[in-house]
Amino acid sequence: MHELSIAMAVIDQVRDAVPDDRVESLTLRIGELVAVVPEALDFSFGLAADGTLLAGARLVIETVDGEAHCDGCGRDTPTGMPPVLWCGDCERPLTLLAGRELEIVRVVVADEGPDGTAVGDTARDTTRDEETSHVPHR
Amino acid sequence: MCRTVDLHQAVLAKNDENALALRRFLASRGTVAVNLMSSPGSGKTALLEQLLTRAVAAGTPAAAVTADLATENDATRLARSGAPVQQILTDGLCHLEAGMLQARLEDWLPDGTRLLFVENVGNLVCPASYDLGETLRIALASVTEGEDKPVKYPAAFGLAQLVVVTKTDLADAVGFARETFLGGVQQVNPGVPVLETSARTGEGVDALLAHILRGAEGEETHTPVLARQHEKHLHSHANGTVREPGPVS
Ligand SMILES: [Zn+2]
Repeated sequence: MHELSIAMAVIDQVRDAVPDDRVESLTLRIGELVAVVPEALDFSFGLAADGTLLAGARLVIETVDGEAHCDGCGRDTPTGMPPVLWCGDCERPLTLLAGRELEIVRVVVADEGPDGTAVGDTARDTTRDEETSHVPHR
Repeated sequence: MCRTVDLHQAVLAKNDENALALRRFLASRGTVAVNLMSSPGSGKTALLEQLLTRAVAAGTPAAAVTADLATENDATRLARSGAPVQQILTDGLCHLEAGMLQARLEDWLPDGTRLLFVENVGNLVCPASYDLGETLRIALASVTEGEDKPVKYPAAFGLAQLVVVTKTDLADAVGFARETFLGGVQQVNPGVPVLETSARTGEGVDALLAHILRGAEGEETHTPVLARQHEKHLHSHANGTVREPGPVS
């Protein structure tokens, strides 16, 4: 399951961007066609964030539908999943417009209080046992 | 009080940077990398053994890196071809990343290697997301796996520049529905070349090696529909510009 690697890549990049801040939430944009399962990513993120300044952060996933354009008939159509990337009417390949996004959009970080403790508490809900269908390979 | 920081970064930016560095390293050595992806048991190692043996016999310096979760069985098998072979044990990780490959190649890649075959971990989901600095990406499927592999694993087949069918000597025995398979391939990757091979009979192996060599000589390879957007994305990231957000469901 590469969702764990992806979660680790996300955490590395967020830590590079905001090295000293506790992260309240982060928003990812994930296209329908990149083969990343949001539930598996959420599960992996919880594991990988443990012990970092992202521990307890809320993961917000915006999904983007696959969409493609046909230069022949000029139509924009949803690709569906598995994607149809061929226009049967015009017998030509489509051009992909959306659906391959895999992006960290933004993070929300907590401003620290004067005594160094974070303002507000966003302890992560840890009821993850039900998601055992996505057990990572490592 | 909270602060919002806009990042707009590609999640795999680090891998993509490593892949770019690796691509430059390979180019400086005159080496062309071929990334092979398939599910476990597809006959990838047997086919690779044939490719290496023929490349060595034809005087084309070829080498292989084979990645597995555990055991060095594949490397031992491939070494019989006479080509230099290295094993990467991923220690449980289900795919190769560019940095892992580069670390292994830096102090090992033999001088003068023309073709470097990279046998990815047997898995059709995870490896598809990772650019390894390859020039040619090949997705393989055996006739015994079922005709719906391409539509079940659209990222692996959709991003391939060449699709190779293996074990065609068994096609009749298992009732391989060739047209269904090819229809699925064209649905997710219109125009991608498909070659049919059997490592047992040798059918199609010379044609496959010739196709790979033409790519190595700079002949333009197929650009998948799925890859076009991906490349644009990489370029926009490399230039430090931010892509317009797509429609959000
Ligand atoms: Zn059309």
